[in-house]
Amino acid sequence: MTFRKDSLWGWLFCLPLALGLTIWVAFPLGVAVVMSLFQWNMISPAVFIGLGNFDFMFFKDHLFWNSLWVMFYYTLLSVPLQLVTAFGLALMLNTKVKGMGVFRTIFYLPSLIPVIVSTALWMWLFNPQYGLFNLFLDAVGLPTQEWLTNPDMVIPSLVLMSLWSVGNIVIIFLAGLQGIPKELEEAVTVDGGGAWHRLRHVILPFMSPVIFYNLVMGVIAGLQIFTQPYIMTNGGPANASLTYVLHLYKQAFQFSKMGYANALALILLILTMVLSLIVFKSSNRWVYYEGDKK
Amino acid sequence: MTGHRFRWSRFWAYALLLLGTVFYLGPFLWQLRSSILPLSGVFAYPVVWWPEEPQWKNYLDIFAIIPFGTYYFNTVFLVVWNIVGTLISNVCIAFALARIPFKGRNVLFALSIGTLMIPTAVTMIPTYIEWSWLGGLNSFWPLIVPSFFGNAFFIFLLVQFFRSIPREYDEAAFVDGAGYPQILLKLIVPMAQPAIAVVVIFTFLNTWNDFMGPLFYLNDSKLFTLALGLKSLLSSYNSYWHLLMAGATLVSLPLIIVFFFAQKSFIEGLTAGGIKG
Repeated sequence: MTFRKDSLWGWLFCLPLALGLTIWVAFPLGVAVVMSLFQWNMISPAVFIGLGNFDFMFFKDHLFWNSLWVMFYYTLLSVPLQLVTAFGLALMLNTKVKGMGVFRTIFYLPSLIPVIVSTALWMWLFNPQYGLFNLFLDAVGLPTQEWLTNPDMVIPSLVLMSLWSVGNIVIIFLAGLQGIPKELEEAVTVDGGGAWHRLRHVILPFMSPVIFYNLVMGVIAGLQIFTQPYIMTNGGPANASLTYVLHLYKQAFQFSKMGYANALALILLILTMVLSLIVFKSSNRWVYYEGDKK
Repeated sequence: MTGHRFRWSRFWAYALLLLGTVFYLGPFLWQLRSSILPLSGVFAYPVVWWPEEPQWKNYLDIFAIIPFGTYYFNTVFLVVWNIVGTLISNVCIAFALARIPFKGRNVLFALSIGTLMIPTAVTMIPTYIEWSWLGGLNSFWPLIVPSFFGNAFFIFLLVQFFRSIPREYDEAAFVDGAGYPQILLKLIVPMAQPAIAVVVIFTFLNTWNDFMGPLFYLNDSKLFTLALGLKSLLSSYNSYWHLLMAGATLVSLPLIIVFFFAQKSFIEGLTAGGIKG
């Protein structure tokens, strides 16, 4: 095969990718940059307003700052708890006891069902009078909670719900745990190390690349949380669950402020990149790769 | 390890697993319980923990109050087309990136992986604007066409798999006079069945579960998917929890069935990114 023919076939097979990157990534990003400088409701002609959208965002739109806070609060609370919960579940599922297949299925099911289904179900669980949680609390004599109607409770409630669907993370952790060489763990046990020692000096270092992957993916997903608050509270009470993407969605589709929504999207892109960069930068302090010097 | 210690760790493992089961299974039992209650049972006091006579007809009532059959059809329609598009595009792209040496290959691969870091929420509004210019709003086009242009995660997964197939096969085929298309169809595709199965199952899962896509693009209730149908049920029958829970169960059932038949592929798909990455 000559070089030219390789090149021809290569580009032919990759045509969908090259076109896709142009049509579905580069072009939309370009549209976002341009439209963020306009005021536009998709019906009347767009009006150029320079940096007006950003001026409005930073200095006049208090809901922007509010949604930014809600987004970070949710992400900072949910991601660490999700990682710890999923890691704990994976450690449990990695033990050799009978019926493990059944347990794995049970812990994975909540991640399998559509988000809209789990959202509907949890709305019902959180129901103040007839929901499972308050009925249960009442039955054991504990005070009932205003899960979704108390501004201080609504984000912790959404976080609790997110801990229910950590099955995907559990499976990734589980696969990582199964890759740990048995000899390593045994060596620690022979040296008289207990479970804590094994966890601290073998399991955690070995798992750090997997933890890192789940951390990055968790942060990117957390910053984008939308469906749950949109369906359950529509951002309430008192905008306490108005997440960033929900704010963006409302600006675009409820108020038809397309230019402003694009400006918000760009800021989200920058925030995500900065945050990912911080996580990546920190990673060489705590992520060990096999073959590296320890 | 002494026998004594071993037994204790086993005891704790079971205790914790059972505790976890309460939290992870409990909501599903509540869903099932609510879906077979009459309306009066949902709001009964003291609480009915489990109905004495299950009212299975709730599951039929759903089809009478909203066009659930249409929603099923629309969802399956989208799933089928997304699988077709995803398979054709990603298999070809990954084949070129893994097996054909050509200029620009590494750049394309890197750009593709890079898109994984761009939140979907960032491109959703400008893509919506793009579709409005193309005249594709309120149709299935925006929910099908993009699948024909490759997906970074699937490309990554397939490239990893294709690379693990020994190159000697390609060379032998070349000697026999085969070209790249024959190598792809007769050699790589049959050998990559497990990876292709993962792609099919995850496309099914993602399309079936997609909420934001249909929410953005579909206004006409004749075009609604199951996810949107359940949302409209939530807003129009917001206190009929027995019907809502029956509907929620109907939306999830096909996924659970597929999961039972394809557990292995699920696990391979989920772990592909985390471990080899």
